[in-house]
Amino acid sequence: MKLAYWMYAGPAHIGTLRIASSFKNVHAIMHAPLGDDYFNVMRSMLERERNFTPVTASVVDRNVLARGSQEKVVNNITRKDQEEHPDLIVLTPTCTSSILQEDLQNFVSRAQMDTQGDVLLADVNHYRYNELQAADRTLHQIVKYYIEKAGKKGELITEKTEQPSVNIIGISTLGFHNQHDCTELKRLMADLGITVNEVLPDGASVHNLKNLTRAWFNLVPYRELGLMTAKYLESEFAIPYVDISPLGVVETARCIRKIQQIINDQGKTVDYEEYINNQTLYVSQAAWFSRSIDCQNLTGKKAVVFGDNTHAAAITKILAREMGIQVVLAGTYCKYDADWFREQVSEYCDEVLISDDNAEIANAIAKHEPAAIFGTQMERHVGKRLDIPCGVIAAPIHIQNFPIGYKPFMGYEGTNQIADLVYNSFTLGMEDHLLEIFGGHDTKEVITKGISADSDLNWDKEAKAELAKVPGFVRGKVKRNTEKFARDRNFSEITLEVMYAAKESVGA
Amino acid sequence: MTVAQEPSALNFECETGNYHTFCPISCVAWLYQKIEDSFFLVIGTKTCGYFLQNAMGVMIFAEPRYAMAELEEGDISAQLNDYEELKRLCLQIKRDRNPSVIVWIGTCTTEIIKMDLEGLAPRLEAEIGIPIVTARANGLDYAFTQGEDTVLAAMAHKCPTQAPKLEAEKEERNAISKLMNFGRKKEEVKQAESEYKDHPPLVLFGSLPDPVVTNLTLELKKQGVKVSGWLPSKRFTELPVIEEGYYTAGVNPFLSRTATTLMRRRKTKLIGAPFPIGPDGTRAWIEKICSVFNIEPQGLEEREAKIWESLEDYIQLIRGKSVFFMGDNLLEVSLARFLIRCGMTCQEIGIPYMDKRYQKAELDLLEKTCKDMGVPVPTIVEKPDNYNQIQRIYAQKPDLVITGMAHANPLEARGINTKWSVEFTFAQIHGFTNARDILELATRPMRRNNNLKELGWEKLVKEEAKI
Repeated sequence: MKLAYWMYAGPAHIGTLRIASSFKNVHAIMHAPLGDDYFNVMRSMLERERNFTPVTASVVDRNVLARGSQEKVVNNITRKDQEEHPDLIVLTPTCTSSILQEDLQNFVSRAQMDTQGDVLLADVNHYRYNELQAADRTLHQIVKYYIEKAGKKGELITEKTEQPSVNIIGISTLGFHNQHDCTELKRLMADLGITVNEVLPDGASVHNLKNLTRAWFNLVPYRELGLMTAKYLESEFAIPYVDISPLGVVETARCIRKIQQIINDQGKTVDYEEYINNQTLYVSQAAWFSRSIDCQNLTGKKAVVFGDNTHAAAITKILAREMGIQVVLAGTYCKYDADWFREQVSEYCDEVLISDDNAEIANAIAKHEPAAIFGTQMERHVGKRLDIPCGVIAAPIHIQNFPIGYKPFMGYEGTNQIADLVYNSFTLGMEDHLLEIFGGHDTKEVITKGISADSDLNWDKEAKAELAKVPGFVRGKVKRNTEKFARDRNFSEITLEVMYAAKESVGA
Repeated sequence: MTVAQEPSALNFECETGNYHTFCPISCVAWLYQKIEDSFFLVIGTKTCGYFLQNAMGVMIFAEPRYAMAELEEGDISAQLNDYEELKRLCLQIKRDRNPSVIVWIGTCTTEIIKMDLEGLAPRLEAEIGIPIVTARANGLDYAFTQGEDTVLAAMAHKCPTQAPKLEAEKEERNAISKLMNFGRKKEEVKQAESEYKDHPPLVLFGSLPDPVVTNLTLELKKQGVKVSGWLPSKRFTELPVIEEGYYTAGVNPFLSRTATTLMRRRKTKLIGAPFPIGPDGTRAWIEKICSVFNIEPQGLEEREAKIWESLEDYIQLIRGKSVFFMGDNLLEVSLARFLIRCGMTCQEIGIPYMDKRYQKAELDLLEKTCKDMGVPVPTIVEKPDNYNQIQRIYAQKPDLVITGMAHANPLEARGINTKWSVEFTFAQIHGFTNARDILELATRPMRRNNNLKELGWEKLVKEEAKI
C-alpha cells in the first residue's frame, strides 16, 4: 500500500478510453462498477465535447460478484452494436474487473458472433501499466488488428503514394494541446510538400487503417503515444519513422532534417534547408527573441522543469539551449521511460529528478527557489504557495489548458507560443518583486513540509529589521543561509553581526 | 377489492441501472470539510484516486485531510499483510496530522478481495489510540450521496450512549447543553431552557454546511423545539449523545441506512417527514416534527407564503415549463416536488435508489402537490438507463433536463437546456432561506436563454446522417 494524494498519470483504462473515443465510430464498453465512467465527465467538461462520449459501462454490481457477469457483458455489447452501429467495440477492463478474473476474451468471442461491428478486448494489465502506456498499447493493438484483418482479406494496400506522404501518429483526445499541435503539424507538412496520409487516432476511421501502409514514413510527435505502432509498422512493412518532437526551433529543424533524409532515401530529392532558414530567422519569432534584450535579461535565471517526457525534455532544451536560462532541475513522472529522459536532458540541466511523488517535487522546488517553474497543474499550485510563477507545459491539466484560441506547442507557431509562455512567466515574477521592493507587503515565507519556515533561532530586533529590508525574492534564502551559518557555529541568537558574518562567509 | 391497498397514483419503474453517477467515495470531499478533526483514508486503487482528483478539482491542492491507501499488486495477491500495511499508513497519518478519527472508506476492490476492514479496525484502533470508523462506500452497492449514508451509519455506532454525569450537576441531562452553557450562570441557563417546550430529546442527522445547520436549528427553536445534537457535528469529539428513546429526523433523502441504524441499533424513534428542501418541504418538515411532540406550530403558514412571494421573479421563468430528472444523487424526488409546486410539470424522476419507507412522507407530499397543482404525477424510474432516457428526452422535448456532466454539454449542443445535478449537492438548498438558491440554479439556463435569444444559435451539432 502506498499513501497517495495526487497522481500524475491516470489508471490504465483511461488510456484505453482515450484511444477508443478518439477514433470515429468506435465505442468502448467498460467492465466496471457504478461511478467508474467519470471519463465521460472529463471529456465532456475539459474538451467541451458536443457529442456524447462513446463510452458506456457494463456495470459490475453485487449480482456480478456472486454469479459472474454471465450474459450481461455479451448483451451490453450486442445492444450497443444495434443502437449505435459502431465499427468497433472495445471491451475495457478496469482495476476492479481485473481482480474478478472473468474470461472477458470469451465474452468478446461470443459477442462477436452476433454483432455487425468488430469486438476487441483491450489487452492491458491494470496493475502494471499507467494511462500513457495503456494508450500506447491499445493504439498498437487496434492498428495491428485491422492491418492483419486487411492482410487476410488481401485488401492491404502496400503501394506507396505518388508524392511523399506521412501518417501522424499519437494525436488523441484529452492530450495536452493535441488539437492545435495537429493543425500545426499538418500545416508544416503542407509547407514541406508532404501529403498527410492518415492521422491517428483522433478522428480516424478504422476502415482507413488498411491505408496506413501507403505512407512513406510515420511521424510520432509525442514520446508517450504512438511509438509502439510506429515500430510495428517499421518491422512489418519497413516504414521508417521520425520520433523527434518538433518542439522548439532547434528540435523542429532536427525533425525536418530527419524527414528530409528519409524522403531522400526513398528516391525523391528534397532540400528543406532554405525553408528551415527562412522559418527560423523570419517566420518564427523565437530565434529573434533569443537575441533581443528581453531575453538577455533572462540569462542565467533559474528554472525548474517537470512534466511528461515529451514536454519536459523539450522545454528543458529550449530554456537552456535557446534562451540561456539555467535549468537547475528537470524532471519527469514517466518512470517507466526514465533512461530516455536522462539521456535527453542531462547535458542541459544541473540535476535530473525521476519521480511521481508530488511532495518530493514540491520540496525540490522549494529547495532550489527558481525564478520560474514549468510544470503541470500541480507545480502551478506549488508555485502559488511559494510565490513563484509557473507556466503549464504538460498534463495533468485543467480546463484552462484546453484553450479555444490557437495555441500549438509544436512547429514554428509553437515556438512563438512557448516564447510567450516563458517570457510572461518570468516578467510576471519580476513585476511582483519590483512591487515588493518599492511597495512592500508583509514578509512572505516559504511554507512547505520539507523545509519549515519556523526555526529554533532567535532573531533580535535589529537583525529582523535588516532582514525585512532584503527584497522579497531572496529574503527566504538570506534567512536560511544566516540560520545555517548560526547553527553551524552554535549561535542561539542572530544579531546584525551574525548576519553580516554569514553574508561574508557565503561570499554574497 | 377486499385487500386494503394503499391508493397510490405514483408509478414506479425500474430499468437496467446503466446510468452515470459519481462514485460514493466522493462523500469524503464534503465530509472531511464538515468534520474538522477527521482524516479520510480511501483504501482503493488508482482508479479511485484519479476519480477523486478529477471530481474534487481545485480542492485537491488545499492539502486536504484525505488520502488514498493505494493498493498494489502485492496487496491484491495477499503477499503483503493488510494489517501491517494499514498500520504503517495510519501511523504516518497520526504523525503528520494527528486527527481525532480516521475514517476508512472501503471500495470495490476491498470488497472483492474481502479485506476485513471492520475486523481490522478495532485491533488497530487499540494499538494506535485513534478511533477508526469503517464505511463501505463502494460503487458495487451505492451511488454518489449514499456514500455519506454509509459513513454516518458507521458514525452512529460511535455516538456516546450516555451523557457523562457530574456529582454536583445531576439534574443536567445533556452533555451538549452543558457544554454549550459552559461558564454561564445557572439562572441564564434556566431561562434559555424555558424558551423550549418540554419534549423528548431530538437528534437530527445529515451533513450540512454550518450556516444551514444554524438556520434549521433556529427554525425549530422558534417553535420551541430543541435540537439536542446533530449527526455529524463539526468535530468527531462532539458527536451527540444518543440514548434509547430519543427522537431522530433526517434532513436529506439519501440517509436511509443511517435512519435504519439509529432505529434498530440505537433504539431511537424516527420522525418520517418530507425533507426541508424548498419552503413547502421545510414547512412540512417542521410541522411533522411539531406534531410528533404535540406542539402547535406558530406562524409557519405566513412564513411560507412570504418566501413564495419573494421567489416570484424566479418562478415566472419556469412556470408552465417541464423538467426531466435523469437521476444521480437521490435528491430528485424532493427537488421535483418543489419545482412542481413552483408551477413546473415533471415527466420523469430518475433516481438511483428509492427507499419507499424512508421517503414515504416525501412521496406522499409529491403526490399531494401534483393534485393541488393539477398536473399529472411523474413516473419514478429507479436505476434508470441513460440511453433510453435520452431517447425519451428527444421525444418529450422537456424545457429543462437535470443531469450529470457527462450528458450536459452534448444535450446543450442539441438545443436542450440542462442543469448540472451535482451542483444541487454542494449548494445550500435546505430551509426557508435557501429556497432562492435552488431556483437560482434551476432558472440559470432560462436566464442564459433570455440573454442570448437574439442569436439563434441553439442546435450546434451537424445533423447526423440517417441510416
